[in-house]
Amino acid sequence: MEGDTWVLVEHWRGRVTETTFETLALGRELADSLGGRLVAVLLGHQCASLAAQLAAADGVLCGEHDALAEPSPESYAEALHQLSSARSPAAVLIPLTNVTLGIGTLLGARLGLPAVNFCKDLRVSGGNLEATCTIYGGKMEAVVAIRRQPAVLGIWPGVRPVDKGRLTGAPPVENVPVTLPQPQARFRRYLEPEAGDIDISQVECLVAVGRGIQDKQNLAVAEELAASLGGAVCGSRPVIDQGWLPLSRQVGKSGANVKARLYIAAGISGAPEHVEGIRQAGTIVAVNTDPHAPIFSFAHYGIVADAIEFLPAFTEAVRKRKQGA
Amino acid sequence: MSASLGAFEAALEPTLETLTHSPEGRKVLTCMQCGVCAGTCPYGDVMEYPPRRIIGMLRAGVLEKVFTSDSLLNCVACYSCLAKCPRNIRLTEVLLPLVKEQVFLRLPEVPAELHRALQNILRYGNPFGEPPRKRTAWLKTLEIPVRILAEDPRPVDVLWFVECENSYHPRGQDVSRATVRLFRALNVDFAILGNEEKCAGECARLLGETGLFDTLTDYNMAIFTKYRFDRLVTSGTHAYDAFKYHYPSSGFRYPVEHTMTFLAGLLDRLKPLLTRRLNYTVAYHDSCCLGRHNGFYEEPRRLLQAIPGIRLVEMVHNRVNAICCGGGGGGMWMDTYYKAKGYERLSDRRVREAAASGADVLAISCPYELARFEDSLKVLGLDGKMVVRDINELLAESMEVS
Amino acid sequence: MHFLVVFRMVPDVVEELEVAPGGKSLETEYLRMIASESDDHALEEALLLKERHGGSVTVVAADAPELDDALFSALAKGADRVVKITGAEFGLSTSRMAGIVAATIRHTPGLLPADLILTGTQAIDDLDGLIAPLLGFHLGLPSLGIVTSVECQPACGAAVVTREFPDGVRGQFEIPLPAVLGVQAAEKPPRYVPVAKVRAAMKSGRIEEVPAPEPAVAPSLEIVRMSKPVPLSHAEMLEGDPEMAAAELCKMLAGRGLL
Repeated sequence: MEGDTWVLVEHWRGRVTETTFETLALGRELADSLGGRLVAVLLGHQCASLAAQLAAADGVLCGEHDALAEPSPESYAEALHQLSSARSPAAVLIPLTNVTLGIGTLLGARLGLPAVNFCKDLRVSGGNLEATCTIYGGKMEAVVAIRRQPAVLGIWPGVRPVDKGRLTGAPPVENVPVTLPQPQARFRRYLEPEAGDIDISQVECLVAVGRGIQDKQNLAVAEELAASLGGAVCGSRPVIDQGWLPLSRQVGKSGANVKARLYIAAGISGAPEHVEGIRQAGTIVAVNTDPHAPIFSFAHYGIVADAIEFLPAFTEAVRKRKQGA
Repeated sequence: MSASLGAFEAALEPTLETLTHSPEGRKVLTCMQCGVCAGTCPYGDVMEYPPRRIIGMLRAGVLEKVFTSDSLLNCVACYSCLAKCPRNIRLTEVLLPLVKEQVFLRLPEVPAELHRALQNILRYGNPFGEPPRKRTAWLKTLEIPVRILAEDPRPVDVLWFVECENSYHPRGQDVSRATVRLFRALNVDFAILGNEEKCAGECARLLGETGLFDTLTDYNMAIFTKYRFDRLVTSGTHAYDAFKYHYPSSGFRYPVEHTMTFLAGLLDRLKPLLTRRLNYTVAYHDSCCLGRHNGFYEEPRRLLQAIPGIRLVEMVHNRVNAICCGGGGGGMWMDTYYKAKGYERLSDRRVREAAASGADVLAISCPYELARFEDSLKVLGLDGKMVVRDINELLAESMEVS
Repeated sequence: MHFLVVFRMVPDVVEELEVAPGGKSLETEYLRMIASESDDHALEEALLLKERHGGSVTVVAADAPELDDALFSALAKGADRVVKITGAEFGLSTSRMAGIVAATIRHTPGLLPADLILTGTQAIDDLDGLIAPLLGFHLGLPSLGIVTSVECQPACGAAVVTREFPDGVRGQFEIPLPAVLGVQAAEKPPRYVPVAKVRAAMKSGRIEEVPAPEPAVAPSLEIVRMSKPVPLSHAEMLEGDPEMAAAELCKMLAGRGLL
């Protein structure tokens, strides 16, 4: 396997997304192993200015077309197909998100090659590419060997630190023409989320409060943390029953099953009724004054502390980090 | 008022069409419309169709209206109406399940929490959605070995049907471990089904999900026929009712007891073992199934009074008047539904009464009560004042075990 | 209108998954299969569309353990026809399965023409591709995934669908019929079906069986090994006063790409 490593740039509403930077970080490792270049493939419409954020790559391939103005898997896959057929990269890395879902599969189908999904790690072994993929909801890892190129790889969010792929500068940009028909699925318009309450089962980052928060006034502390993390506040049953949060924010047996990538359980003991709702959460952080609270068996990180003291300290630390980045 | 079903046991389960073919069914039609059932129903203020109205509409031939209302989802099968009916009509046993079955079939949408619980029971044999292979995880922290029939199928005296809450819920597991210690101290020859055990299905039946009950019955009967045992003792109060009253029509022929009455029967051997003094003031909550439905009011009190140091007090509503914890008949999985409608949780109501009785321990014998009352204590901020303990936990605590 | 739903059974992760002795696949002794969650949503959406527009719903699935229960359940919910594809071998390859299903759909009388083919947008074992775009590719039909609502306009031979994007934003697309849709969530949660109705379906309903056509040539997936990720039995405890622990936590989370 030899050649360049391509990373499809995911951009949304004029911003290059964090998953792109994570994927670039992984792509850099792969490119170095293969001895080729790391190329960021920037497809879209009037998006050339985003190239400046892609300095982690050795170069940017920019293809603009009005059919690429909205995320349309068929158009993006067709464009990628044209480009990769002409230039034979070793691997094409595509972040797996709501924006890009389907592109890898269609590209693989056009190429007659598998599009390997759920990759969290890549390495070169004996001239072949080995992808480590987490499947079955994270319960198993499968290592897949890929011998033919280009390897089409769907990459999970969070595989590498964002900072490692986020460099600004002036990478060399090559503009390439793409010829595309109008997509069969025609975009009409966006529907913005309604003002009003959110669906916590769809929120990526949650700050959950339990009885340990002690009083309704202290919710503010959780809300500030949630704001700094770009997430939302939810709660275990007692908090909802007290009327501190609406029913739509309840997590657990009588509430929502959440899938947040980051779940902060503050002052929650970890009763089965609550834990049932967080089994699919990504990383769980628990804060509780009781070192034997059951929640610590389910969490990845634990802090024995009063949530009312810890949350403000953590909010401060998060803000500092975000400013410093 | 709490006599056993007697003649009904022998009859086929009546349907609404065949109601008049059975003695108990015909008895339904002797209703004198007094309204005691409606008055005693814990959710009476929101129950649009208490038994009185149902029977009135049955007579008028407009029962269909009841079937298309969701009001009967409020029934928690607490047996209050049955216990108070001056005509002795077996309301909770005969009339309500038939009506609720029809309601359930017509529900445009099953409330989400209930939906999940029923799906889990069907698929995994327990409402929690925990894998069957974890049903015996509670044995791991027990110092006493427990015989599992699948591993050792020799004949046994007692098949102990542990029940779902007492297998999977951490507090239920405490009760199971206490029960094992008691059985061991009393030299009871017992074994469990282990991971082969699945929900007995009684609450599904009471809710109207008779198809699920039938499926579970088929499964459980197939398991029972694999083994040889003399009697079944269960920690589940609803399971007790299922095995005693409904499984016989599927061929179940064993004597059935609840662990509480089983231990009460062994009190002369148990009492000398209760040597540690427990200085608790205890209020006993009468379980709906064991109490109103089966009349076991004095047995649990005898057990508690056998513990040295225990001071027994009564709540205002005790014995036949006890206030249901709200867990039966599907109520265990309807909290979000009731909450959305603005109802007070029955367990909150009961726990306030318990706290007012001056007790520091609320003693129970039904697994639903344990989870629900502890939760209510927490929510109401009374958990500093009072704890919930299963009778078996108190008995085991009073045994000085080496 | 005729709606085709493609169903799939996936490992039930409530049960503990184990690796088979060969080290490359799942141990099947205690393995249970369950309908893929988003396929349930696809079926629900199809049933809702049938209620709105009239017509019929046909469910097609490749044979797998516990599939029959899922198919009888679909009949009890209101599907008109359920078809099981027998003799299909595809291992862990969604792309291979998609090829077989597409070929079967083409060759089995009465399945096509369909106005819409609905399936789940993604399954937990989609190691080598997503089924909706693959079906579209093999059948020469347009496809769209992450769909959360469908409005058919049969007179125009099109459907207006909404698809999810980040931050709660949805996009509205117009797609010509026939098309393949990958459903993320039906407009209503999948309905409960009383067990009595499923039992009745088991007695009186019928699962049609069709043999899989010759295996399509599909790129094969080479699995080197399968293993359980390192388990987490207890939280990593962060020490110190709130400020110190907070700083340490920030570092850890940033390292995981979460900040």
